[in-house]
Amino acid sequence: MKKYMTFRTSKLPISFLIDRKALLLTLVLALLLFVAVVVSTGLGTMFIAPLDVLSVLFGGGSPGDQLVVLNLRLPRILVALLVGIGLGVSGAIMQSLIRNPLASPDIIGITGGASVAAVAFFTMVEGVSIHYVPFAAIVGAAIVTLLIYVLAWKNGVTPLRLVLVGVGIGAAMSALTTLLIVTAPIQLTARSMIWLSGTVYGSSWQNVWTLLPWTLVFVPLSIIFARSINAQQLGDEVATGIGNPVHRHRFLLLMFCVALAGSAVAVGGAIGFVGLLAPHIARKLVGSALGALIPAAALCGGLLVVLADLIGRMAFAPLDVPAGIFTAAIGAPFFIFLLYKHRNR
Amino acid sequence: MFVLLPNSFGKIAGLLALVASVICLLFISIVFGVMDTTWQTAVEAYTNFSGTNEQLVIKEVRVPRALIAAAVGASLGMVGVLMQTLTRNPLADPGIFGINAGASFFIVLSISFFSVNSLSQFAWIAFLGAAVSGVVVYVLGALGKDGLTPLKLTLAGAAMTALFSSMMHGMLVVNERTLEEVLFWLAGSVAGRKLEFLVSVLPYLAVGWVGTLLISGQLNVLMMGDDVAKGLGQRTALLKVTTGLLIILLAGSSVAVAGPIGFVGLVIPHIARFLVGIDLRWVLLYSAGLGAVLLLGADIAARWITMPDELPLGVMTALIGAPIFVYVARKGLSRQ
Repeated sequence: MKKYMTFRTSKLPISFLIDRKALLLTLVLALLLFVAVVVSTGLGTMFIAPLDVLSVLFGGGSPGDQLVVLNLRLPRILVALLVGIGLGVSGAIMQSLIRNPLASPDIIGITGGASVAAVAFFTMVEGVSIHYVPFAAIVGAAIVTLLIYVLAWKNGVTPLRLVLVGVGIGAAMSALTTLLIVTAPIQLTARSMIWLSGTVYGSSWQNVWTLLPWTLVFVPLSIIFARSINAQQLGDEVATGIGNPVHRHRFLLLMFCVALAGSAVAVGGAIGFVGLLAPHIARKLVGSALGALIPAAALCGGLLVVLADLIGRMAFAPLDVPAGIFTAAIGAPFFIFLLYKHRNR
Repeated sequence: MFVLLPNSFGKIAGLLALVASVICLLFISIVFGVMDTTWQTAVEAYTNFSGTNEQLVIKEVRVPRALIAAAVGASLGMVGVLMQTLTRNPLADPGIFGINAGASFFIVLSISFFSVNSLSQFAWIAFLGAAVSGVVVYVLGALGKDGLTPLKLTLAGAAMTALFSSMMHGMLVVNERTLEEVLFWLAGSVAGRKLEFLVSVLPYLAVGWVGTLLISGQLNVLMMGDDVAKGLGQRTALLKVTTGLLIILLAGSSVAVAGPIGFVGLVIPHIARFLVGIDLRWVLLYSAGLGAVLLLGADIAARWITMPDELPLGVMTALIGAPIFVYVARKGLSRQ
């Protein structure tokens, strides 16, 4: 029997049951993530000991360390962290919504929409700051998701139709991306290709500030609405029967997914399979109740991208290999394993 | 089910009309382009070659391009029928099921790491890539007690596509020289292909076409279900392996020549079935003809829309095909 703590307040219509073991594991994950961020910040062409990194973070440290940590490495690592959080949470929502452990924003075409918009921005808009890319990407992701949703609608949206329509639309989106890349001048092409392979290379503080609001708004919202998904997992009929507005909440949650995945993709590029992997690791650790799963998936996603970026920077130095390649290299075999494991579903 | 041409007289007439339109489109594709030429120039290029620019363009650029579009289109149309029959999935297509991505990945890999650039080697590498990802997707989709479900197959295909394309992007980022070389090829195109491209894969294509038509009667039996087919004395396993090999041969050759062109294999069989019903012998013949018509038409349109630039053919087919995919996903699966 799990031990729960209850959380209630008379002011807000919110109440939680908190599983103690899950809480403990989440704290452990957060600690691990913190260690990963600090160590990763210290590693590079110029090695900085973790303690020195910490002292820089608290306002001290030598000027040289400060420059490297604050101007060069920390923004990149924080972007990796935020991208991972966004993808992890949106994957967790997606898998629960579609009730399929194999679903993730990149497989059902949402990231494809974001990619088209972002690449269009790279190749067609001239003279506008690159920091508007996130808005373009979120708009792209939202339009495509709406399109998928509308096209999959037929007396409601079933998970199967959503996946199939999503895959089809995703293929069309990748054709559009190709079209934009092929018709653009070659120097813009190279930039789009780097972005498409998923990398946080060259991230600045401005990227951090662009991404942070989306994470801060939509991760808590997802946690609040998680109860609704928990009800939906019993099946549409049961969920309707216990008073859950199935289609309205499904749509809302899908939009949270879009905002999180879209903003993450805009800044980090198409870093694949994080939305698939992170929720699975989280589920192994804290179980599948979403209140606990979403924070854990966020932390796992952050950890994954930070580590993938670290490997990409270090393993083939001085070559900076995009993080997306490592997440795909772990993610795809894992996906195959999942297909095998769920073969009788 | 509604069939437009129910009797065999109509079917034969339709087939002749199809052949006529292929020939017609071949001519249009040869004569029409940035440099306007006439029928006479096209004929004289072969009968009375004098080395003018027009004649050179026709001989070196237009004719190869038209023939490749026709051959690739016919192959992709047939591949679609074979895949949809083998997997019993109306959404099957080499693009959706990861075969194109596998072949492309292997070709990019061989260009950037092993400096392969001979055409005949391309074909074998493409076969290898098509085979690897085709087998993986099929096996993943067939695992479990329900057998091949559309959902599992589609997910497996999407995952393999994601894996291969992300690794391919990675290689292209690291190696910019390759990027420039393969970029247009990767979008799927028949522009700038030389006749040698086609000649080097023609033997494989020919084996694929003839083989497919030879087994089409057997496939009709298989369509009734494994148990019925076995009961009638058919060696279903052998037939399935043969079909798989033909798919790899046709799809691999197509990718080697024209790059990954999606959605043709998806769309064409549905149109063919609408025209001639479910007898696979007719469906295959019609699919070959319709595939050639579609690719020739798309290629002419790709040249015409943004003249004097041109769009990649794969983009054209995806933009035509995606709406039909969505239509089939909504209609076809709700019946099952």
